[in-house]
Amino acid sequence: MSALLTVDAVSKRFRGLVAVDRLSFEVPAGGIYAVIGPNGAGKTTLFNMIAGVFAPDSGAISFAGERIEGLPPDRVCRCGIGRTFQIVRPFPALSVEDNVIVGALLHRQHVVDARAHAHAVLRRLDLYGKRAQRASSLTLPDRKRLEVARALATDPKLLLLDEVMAGLRPTETDRIVAILKELNRDTGLTILLIEHVMRAVMALAARILVLHHGAAIAQGTPEAVVRDPAVIHSYLGVEDVS
Amino acid sequence: MIARLIEGVPRRALILLGVLLLGLIMAPLVASDYLLTVLILILYFAYTGQAWNIMMGFAGQLSLGHALYVGLGAYTAATLYVHFGIGPWIGLLVAVPVAALAGAFVGFLAFRFRVAGVYFAILTIAVAEFARVGFDHLNWTSGSSGLFLPVAQYTHNDLWNLRGHPAMFYYILLAATVLAFIGCRALLKSRIGYFWLAIREDEEAARSAGIDTFHYKMAAVVISAAMTSFAGVIYAFFYNNLFPEQVFHIVRSIEIILGPIVGGIGTLFGPILGAFVLTGLAETLTAALAAAGVDLPGTKQVFYGICLLLVIMALPDGIWPWLCKRIGLAEREK
Amino acid sequence: MPADIYLNVAIGGVLTGLVYGLMALGLSVIFGVVRVVNFAHGEMMTIAMYIAVTLFGAFHLDPLLMLVPIAAVLFAFGYVLQAGLINAFITRPEHTQFLLLVALAIIIVNVQLILFGPDAQNVQTSYSYDSFQIGALIVDATKAYAGAAAIVVAAALFTFFKYTRVGTAIRACADNYTGALVVGLDVRHLYALTFGLGAACVGAAGVMLVLIVDVTPSLGPAYTLLAFVIVITGGLGSMPGALLGGVLIGLTEAMAGLLFTPSAKSMFAFAILVLVLLFRPQGIMGKRAA
Repeated sequence: MSALLTVDAVSKRFRGLVAVDRLSFEVPAGGIYAVIGPNGAGKTTLFNMIAGVFAPDSGAISFAGERIEGLPPDRVCRCGIGRTFQIVRPFPALSVEDNVIVGALLHRQHVVDARAHAHAVLRRLDLYGKRAQRASSLTLPDRKRLEVARALATDPKLLLLDEVMAGLRPTETDRIVAILKELNRDTGLTILLIEHVMRAVMALAARILVLHHGAAIAQGTPEAVVRDPAVIHSYLGVEDVS
Repeated sequence: MIARLIEGVPRRALILLGVLLLGLIMAPLVASDYLLTVLILILYFAYTGQAWNIMMGFAGQLSLGHALYVGLGAYTAATLYVHFGIGPWIGLLVAVPVAALAGAFVGFLAFRFRVAGVYFAILTIAVAEFARVGFDHLNWTSGSSGLFLPVAQYTHNDLWNLRGHPAMFYYILLAATVLAFIGCRALLKSRIGYFWLAIREDEEAARSAGIDTFHYKMAAVVISAAMTSFAGVIYAFFYNNLFPEQVFHIVRSIEIILGPIVGGIGTLFGPILGAFVLTGLAETLTAALAAAGVDLPGTKQVFYGICLLLVIMALPDGIWPWLCKRIGLAEREK
Repeated sequence: MPADIYLNVAIGGVLTGLVYGLMALGLSVIFGVVRVVNFAHGEMMTIAMYIAVTLFGAFHLDPLLMLVPIAAVLFAFGYVLQAGLINAFITRPEHTQFLLLVALAIIIVNVQLILFGPDAQNVQTSYSYDSFQIGALIVDATKAYAGAAAIVVAAALFTFFKYTRVGTAIRACADNYTGALVVGLDVRHLYALTFGLGAACVGAAGVMLVLIVDVTPSLGPAYTLLAFVIVITGGLGSMPGALLGGVLIGLTEAMAGLLFTPSAKSMFAFAILVLVLLFRPQGIMGKRAA
């Protein structure tokens, strides 16, 4: 499988703090890749650089063969990368349906076509029944799925999910995991997710990247990473079975 | 196409709109001269309010300097008429691009340099003030002493030169208001309308969904400015005199925004309702005071201020959304 | 023109600028702490000016003597306004707060128009036409007194914020609203206090300004805009910046009035505003990027 996203020796400092330190990794097309690590490890900074919120200080980011580092967020989205936010940002006064239509309109000229596509996406995300509700009236789990739906409606090849499971109960987590797995299987959508909820990570990811102080301390299959002593020491901890 | 425009609108709303329109068409036949002038004023604010609403209500950009576009439209058309004898409809073809360019200038300054929110409002005020003082010193347009259009006693309505009975102006403004209403509806339901709403709700999130926010914000400003300049042309040919001190004054800008705010920002009918309510009540108040022998300049403005205050405090979304719920007309208005 | 004319005009501009700076200081304090864009700032100043004019006309009381009482009245006005009206709007969207004050400004201006009429009114004290002569320099007495008073009031304000407990508490609110709540500060009261202080500042500035300038109802909006130009130029949230901005604008205005037509001088102020908004939105001494 060829690499869809290539992050090559990317670094970012904020004044004195090194947030991301010469990070390199590849995400194959059609894969599900997770980025984990303690808070402050640089995960969201990494996402923001990929998504175009700011440019890396050095290094390169390539997507589908094109260099995208430094491009503004709307350009990055048009290239085929969709993203969600750690703190959800739906369009509050718009209906669920209209939220997703906005995304669908990116690659469609007519509202009629966008609405049809939006309905399809909403059905997949199990939100079709609530499509006429105002986004501001939704519960948190629904808002998270709405944000995924909106990003999905832009027909991305790569979906960046920033802690989309945070604050959800296990049943809701399982629900989103199932939806994501289905999407990946049916459409070949590549997914890169930041997660703290290990339950979701283990269920979804084919490969995991562990960040600590902005650098990669482990990369590999879930089974390997979970057993890596460095990862256990810095992040996962050991279960006390005494 | 008409079917698409009225989809989702309750039957009752359409019927009420039709009745209102009919009433407005017949009004000049029964109205006194004074009432006709009031109605013209109402339609003027209904029209400019809708134009302003595109920028604020749809795209979320607060402009407090819309008098700039009225003034530019008015002065461009008037100057071409006075100095070159060019009729206003041709003058409009020049006035609209001039205003659109001014809008593009303001928009570019603001959006390229990330001037937003209240700072953007202050910027629009500053540009309008700059124009006011600038035109005061512009000799070619007669500066502060005022630009006067030749007024001959009209015996017939000259539509081409916009000379004639107030009723002519009334119907022109009515047509403009109706076209603006339909146009705004079409815009809202189109791709650009959705993008504007997204930008209004959350600009960063809109960008992450692939929307080129600079481009669409500029479009809102330019369209709003262009629409407003038409009102300026009418203003010039109706009043037949222009003073920078009056035309570009910040008070004019505030008058334009009162209707939409009181009626309901972001709604389609809000600016129209607001214009009727505010101007109607204000003129009634002035007439009542005059009848009681009281003639104080400033009472109308105090009234406007109090209305604005009350609406912001009690009905921040405006009268129209509240009214809609009351009389069961709630459509999926955004 | 001989050099000393430039110098005289410049000094006059600086002194007037100090009064402008005090006015802007009030706005900066209000915005820096309460985060409300006070669009009725100039109008509050004209309230003070009209009070001074009325008192002078009725009782021949020198405005400078009435400085403290008038400032106190404006303080009360500001306190009640914030506590009674604006505090309820803290959580509302920014443009709603802004429009609230726009409405207030409209009401104030036009009530003044109804009460006092559109004609200019001024205060002619015994020293209105006096001037001091220092070498080749000629300084208007009114401007000298006004400038000096402005420095005194500004210094008092700085001392208050830096060295008193209440002043420190207010600065804490400005820095971190939630933090202030958490440590038990009565934020709503402190906000009202701050607004009152800002109003007192602008009231004091008005009393000084009425010695230099004639008052009309339309002065309110004009000075509101000027205050914004100064605060944005000097730097939002920076008190020294407001004074510096005031002096700068006062100087620019005076020189522009001398070199070009006096009526066009506000164009320069606005040109400066546009340039600052574009290229240095945090102002000369501002800390936060706008």
